Amino acid sequence: MQISAPLAEHSTLAFRRASKALAAALALWAGAAAAGPPERVVSINLCTDQLAMLLAEPGQLVSISRISHDPNVSVMLDEALGYPVNHGQAEEVFRLSPDLVLAGQFTSSYTVGLLRRLGVEVVQLPIIHALDDIPGAIREVGRLLGREDRADTVAAQFEHDLAALRADLDTRPRAALHYANNYTSGDKSLANDILTAAGFANIALEAGLSGGGTLPMERLVMLMPDLIISGQQYPGASRSEAVLTHPAMNALRDRHAGSALSDAEWVCGTPAVLRAIARLQEAGQ
Amino acid sequence: MTRALALVLVALIVALFALSLLIGPAGLSPATSLAALIRGEGLAETLVMREIRLPRAILAAIIGAALGLAGAAMQGYLRNPLAEPGLLGVSGSAALGAVIALQTGFAAQFALGLPFAALIGAVLAVGLIIALAGPRGGALTLILAGIAVSALAGAFTALVLNLSPNPFAASEIMFWMMGSLADRSMTHVWLAAPFIVLGAVVLLAQGRAFDALTLGEDSAASLGVNLSRLRLMLVLAVASMVGAATAVAGAVGFVGLVVPHILRPFVRARPSSLLWASALGGAVLVLAADIAVRVVLPDRDLKLGVLTAIVGAPLFLHLVFKTRGQAL
Repeated sequence: MQISAPLAEHSTLAFRRASKALAAALALWAGAAAAGPPERVVSINLCTDQLAMLLAEPGQLVSISRISHDPNVSVMLDEALGYPVNHGQAEEVFRLSPDLVLAGQFTSSYTVGLLRRLGVEVVQLPIIHALDDIPGAIREVGRLLGREDRADTVAAQFEHDLAALRADLDTRPRAALHYANNYTSGDKSLANDILTAAGFANIALEAGLSGGGTLPMERLVMLMPDLIISGQQYPGASRSEAVLTHPAMNALRDRHAGSALSDAEWVCGTPAVLRAIARLQEAGQ
Repeated sequence: MTRALALVLVALIVALFALSLLIGPAGLSPATSLAALIRGEGLAETLVMREIRLPRAILAAIIGAALGLAGAAMQGYLRNPLAEPGLLGVSGSAALGAVIALQTGFAAQFALGLPFAALIGAVLAVGLIIALAGPRGGALTLILAGIAVSALAGAFTALVLNLSPNPFAASEIMFWMMGSLADRSMTHVWLAAPFIVLGAVVLLAQGRAFDALTLGEDSAASLGVNLSRLRLMLVLAVASMVGAATAVAGAVGFVGLVVPHILRPFVRARPSSLLWASALGGAVLVLAADIAVRVVLPDRDLKLGVLTAIVGAPLFLHLVFKTRGQAL
């Protein structure tokens, strides 16, 4: 083999890295294959909590995140109350000796990194930005839990229900999503998909917003939406939420637009969004 | 000369008030704006003008006036150019009172609960400062007392907001410390205006006493000024104005420092004239600052206190440098 010295050194290094990674992957695969489906699953994210509760075998899910016990954001409160909660901190999660931890895309990288260094398998599931990604997420969590059959049933049911609900209209009433701090959601967001599926057009697109962003109240009022979907208000007071009941918004609701509430059902990409779509369709009629 | 000054300041207020009404993300033409504001033409335009822009402009004017007047009064009474509600922790304590009222639900239970709680916070701070510094207290005592009160009030405000069950509350520490007029409404005007007007009437009526005080306390007393009554009036009036202003707009600093300092030469350092001049000047400054935050960063809620501090902090340092040899 005739290669110059530095290059040889480089390629040896690369080879060593690659083989190391391969060995790690093999060990993981072998471990997973040997162990079968995980027996102690801990979820530390509101949305993975819900998918895990939907799919897990009795006894398989040992702890869910604290937030799932908050009635303001949890759509599966009754089920959630049957599980012990964690606060998403590495130490307490490690003490539960899980063989799988389900986390969100934006779960603290310190927590995830620490758990991984301690040898715990952590899977971070991406945030769902579209209705069409929900069946895939259900199947993915099903695969991780070794519950493929149950996941297929839930996903197929969801696809069927969604197809039955989806509105196909020529003229769509225009709706505004108005959250705390005048935040709104544009295209490529779950909220926009829910709104579209329910037969509305999102005024954030008219304002040229992609993804999420703030739409000043003045501009929202000038766009004169037919429906205002307000973010829910949390206990305690905040100035951020004061915009939701600003006199200008109240007057717009009284004199022009209908109103609806964006609540817990809008938060996560789970079958609960179907209820949000159905409620929104009722509000539109 | 004072008459010319009054005319100039009032003209500036009118111009800036009009400008404040015409600036906004909705991009309405001046003609449309006026038609909507005065005749109520067009539902959306009318809502934008009457419910969003008008309260913002009114609040900028009355809050600026309150802070300018409070600063001039405190400086007149303490005979110290460094006295200012923001620096001495009066605004910070008012913010603490407001935050406690909001988080405990007191503000939601009583119509005037919010400004009243802020007033209580401000009374405690002004009372403490005046008691500590006294009419003859040196600048050092005054500023150190102010630092302690500010730090304590700021820490407790952060604590209360961090303990709130509301996920947005903790991120609003910045609003309470720096102040903003974004998305305020007529409700806030009605909450703040009575307290500010009351405080202003009381303070402006004390003009003669403040003039007499420049001759020293003994001479003032011999001229018939009731000093303990003046002190009580000052504490209540300053707290009423600063409390109401802070309850709806957060703590906007340095207005009460900058405005009297700039205007003092124009009124030949006469405290009674400086009081009304500072009220007008404060309105000019805050109206201008609130226009600037919307022009500089229209998409972000840039805080008012950032701009007033950029103007005010260098002046404060300059004053510290100047008074270094005298009082400290």
